[in-house]
Amino acid sequence: MDTRTADELSLSHQKTSWMEFIKAHFRDYGMLLSLLVIMLFFQVVTNGTLLRPLNLTNLVLQNSYIVIMALGMLLVIVAGHIDLSVGSIVGFVGGLAAMMMVRWGFDPVTTTIACLIIGGLIGAAQGYWVAYFKVPSFIVTLAGMLVFKGLTLALLGGMSVGPFPVAFQRLSSGFIPDVFGGEGFNYTALFLGIASVAAIIYFSLRSRANQLKHAVETAPFGLFLFKNGLLAVLVIAFCYLMATYRGLPNVLVIMAVLIALYAFVTNRTTIGRRVYALGGNEKAAKLSGIKTERLTFLTFVNMGVLAGLAGLIFAARLNTATPKAGLGFELDVIAAVFIGGASATGGVGKVTGAVIGAFVMGVMNNGMSILGIGIDYQQVIKGLVLLAAVSLDVYNRKK
Amino acid sequence: MNAILEMQGITKTFPGVKALDDVNITVRAGEIHALVGENGAGKSTLMKVLSGVYPHGSYSGSIFYEGEERRFKGIADSESLGIIIIHQELALVPLLSIAENIFLGNEQAKYGVIDWSLAFSRTKELLKVVGLNESPETLVTNLGVGKQQLVEIAKALSKKVKLLILDEPTASLNEKDSDALLNLLLQFKAQGISSILISHKLNEISKVADSITVLRDGGTVETLNCRAQTISEDRIIRGMVGRTMEDRYPKRDPNIGETIFQVENWSAYHPIHSHVQVVKDVNLNIRRGEIVGIAGLMGAGRTEFAMSLFGRSYGRNISGRVMLHGQEIDVSTVEKAVSSGIAYATEDRKTYGLVLAEDIRKNVTLANLEGVSKNFVIDDIRELAVANDYRAKMRIRSPSVFQETVNLSGGNQQKVVLSKWLFSDPEILILDEPTRGIDVGAKYEIYTIINRLADAGKGVLMISSEMPELLGMCDRIYVMNEGSLIAELDIAEASQEKIMHAIVKSGRR
Repeated sequence: MDTRTADELSLSHQKTSWMEFIKAHFRDYGMLLSLLVIMLFFQVVTNGTLLRPLNLTNLVLQNSYIVIMALGMLLVIVAGHIDLSVGSIVGFVGGLAAMMMVRWGFDPVTTTIACLIIGGLIGAAQGYWVAYFKVPSFIVTLAGMLVFKGLTLALLGGMSVGPFPVAFQRLSSGFIPDVFGGEGFNYTALFLGIASVAAIIYFSLRSRANQLKHAVETAPFGLFLFKNGLLAVLVIAFCYLMATYRGLPNVLVIMAVLIALYAFVTNRTTIGRRVYALGGNEKAAKLSGIKTERLTFLTFVNMGVLAGLAGLIFAARLNTATPKAGLGFELDVIAAVFIGGASATGGVGKVTGAVIGAFVMGVMNNGMSILGIGIDYQQVIKGLVLLAAVSLDVYNRKK
Repeated sequence: MNAILEMQGITKTFPGVKALDDVNITVRAGEIHALVGENGAGKSTLMKVLSGVYPHGSYSGSIFYEGEERRFKGIADSESLGIIIIHQELALVPLLSIAENIFLGNEQAKYGVIDWSLAFSRTKELLKVVGLNESPETLVTNLGVGKQQLVEIAKALSKKVKLLILDEPTASLNEKDSDALLNLLLQFKAQGISSILISHKLNEISKVADSITVLRDGGTVETLNCRAQTISEDRIIRGMVGRTMEDRYPKRDPNIGETIFQVENWSAYHPIHSHVQVVKDVNLNIRRGEIVGIAGLMGAGRTEFAMSLFGRSYGRNISGRVMLHGQEIDVSTVEKAVSSGIAYATEDRKTYGLVLAEDIRKNVTLANLEGVSKNFVIDDIRELAVANDYRAKMRIRSPSVFQETVNLSGGNQQKVVLSKWLFSDPEILILDEPTRGIDVGAKYEIYTIINRLADAGKGVLMISSEMPELLGMCDRIYVMNEGSLIAELDIAEASQEKIMHAIVKSGRR
């Protein structure tokens, strides 16, 4: 009936030109490009303040907890849900950590472990209603938001509690010590940067070789070189700048490891694939043998643990727990995920997108603060950027 | 008799595709005019041109209606002249009442205040005309599809319809409701209302149509006059596919072995009305290499039976035993059913079968990710190889396996669903309406795939509402009615009459 099929089916391994490939993958690169443009813009208008080592360090510290929560929120949103309670969980877990260490005399390690478990339990409590009772996640987590905001107030008695033991503060304010003992220059930071670049290049070369071996369509070699080269330069330049200041913050390392882990989980593991299927079509996923309820439940547990971790990092950064901690964080986190290209109806979204989205928000916050733009107009601008980014994405998808 | 509608030389182009190419159709006043063609032949596009969904200027050619040339700018223009379309997907609001739906957008109101007593009394009159015995206050969601269809027709009547267009009106109706609907059309015809009937069910067309226009690949092939002589179904098919379909069902020499699958005393109750038994003591068996059919009317409980069997996906208080190779197997969850070797390809592939936003590759491996992964990590190269393999074997037409399934045609989507289940390597494959909404050519390919499965020694259980399909494909047919299996017919003795006879007899009891 159809004579074309035979050659049509022989796996297409035609040489794609640069432009075609970039066009086809515009959505992947477009986000990164806009982040770079925004950074360049603020670098210029702040007369180079943005990329000073001190400010760069601040940028990382200020955004770490948003990025970490965006990883969990991405999975929640891809699964077709939303979590409004994360800001309140940040406040509650921070308050709990403060009470445990300052008032009840627990050591930082026990406190950290306990707080992560509590975060997971909070996520489980909410996920239970969403997954097994089919209460809309918007409602459940709205309730959670109120409950934990209230519990934070009650726990702290309306007061700020601090300061924390030094060991705990290091979580946020600590840096990876220089094992090479450089004076004024942190060789470890540079070394870690080079090592991670080497790892990235090794893995992408290996996967490219594998793709070529199996005649899968790959990016043109020039583009491949350019992409990895650019990434290598950026990472090493970043690490060099950090090395001239105090080196790599502990938080940065935690964040980088988590980003790599979640990117792997979403791209390459069965559980990641199933979350996407669940968000794309829950009924079809269920009839394909996927335990949709349990999977939904687990995404909320995961979100809870990450929100707990964010709460610890935020408290450690301020060196005090306040009843107002975490206020409004959920909005920044959700915005980051949507700016990063996730679909509000579920099934679509990427870890890299969410991370870039978080940094778009972060760089804008930071840049506008340096410029002395008031908190009032900062919010207006951020809101408009969110709308613009998502409308552009919707428009692109329609085309 | 003069023509109520003449469409002349209609050509409509979309970027890159010529959807309609110089189409001519003439509908005489007071006739039932059937419009047939394979999926994608341009039937729906033509009707959209007629109703003004594609406004004047976006197509070339001219439309004459009631003797004047018309240039519709939108649906409102065509509706005001009495041209009403009832789409395949019904456009009713489920949580509003019948009366509210009938007058939606056309409320019986003065200064924006609705006169409910007028609306209700008019609704009652309209319901009487279409023969629907329901209160105007009944919510549409509580009606079956057949009755919803009648509400749509009542809605059309409320707008003073002169030319009624029905797009696949009987696709989801059982035989009784279909007959009622067709009789209604004949009744309208007697009152001078013309209709255009788009349908895949050729037997219905032979029953009621006065003339038939056949479209193929966006062009008019021919117009057949059914008053002059009787037109056989084969004659219509020849026009639709452009060649004689010697045999609509591929030949196969069944090689049937021992019994491999048995269901014993299977029962299930309605998920909400827990006292209603939907599946009643079903006993059936399938042998190696055998294609077994389940015939029955819509609502007989066939899908409910299959889904309750497949991981208790339907119903409650499910009881009974399932045996594979003589051993009882656990089918209490979908996962367990799949790993025991059962697969169920659903009747509604968009809602239950595919993750539409994802590509062919990801859909194919969804039910058996373990088959392409190691320690929870997916081997993407192996996955790609699997997907390409199925794309070739099943002849899925797409540029690559990275094509999102939402962009595939119905036949190709169905092939993806089948690929997914074949990759889970089942012993028993349950196919629920495997060719619904698929055009003639793709149907043949699906049949070929099913035959190949049986030849490979699998057991196939095929549920279908199209009796000729069951008679053409199966080795043995069970007949289901009101949740029970009421007859078992060997293919040698089975016929449409026997099946219907069994159903009617059991209904009388």
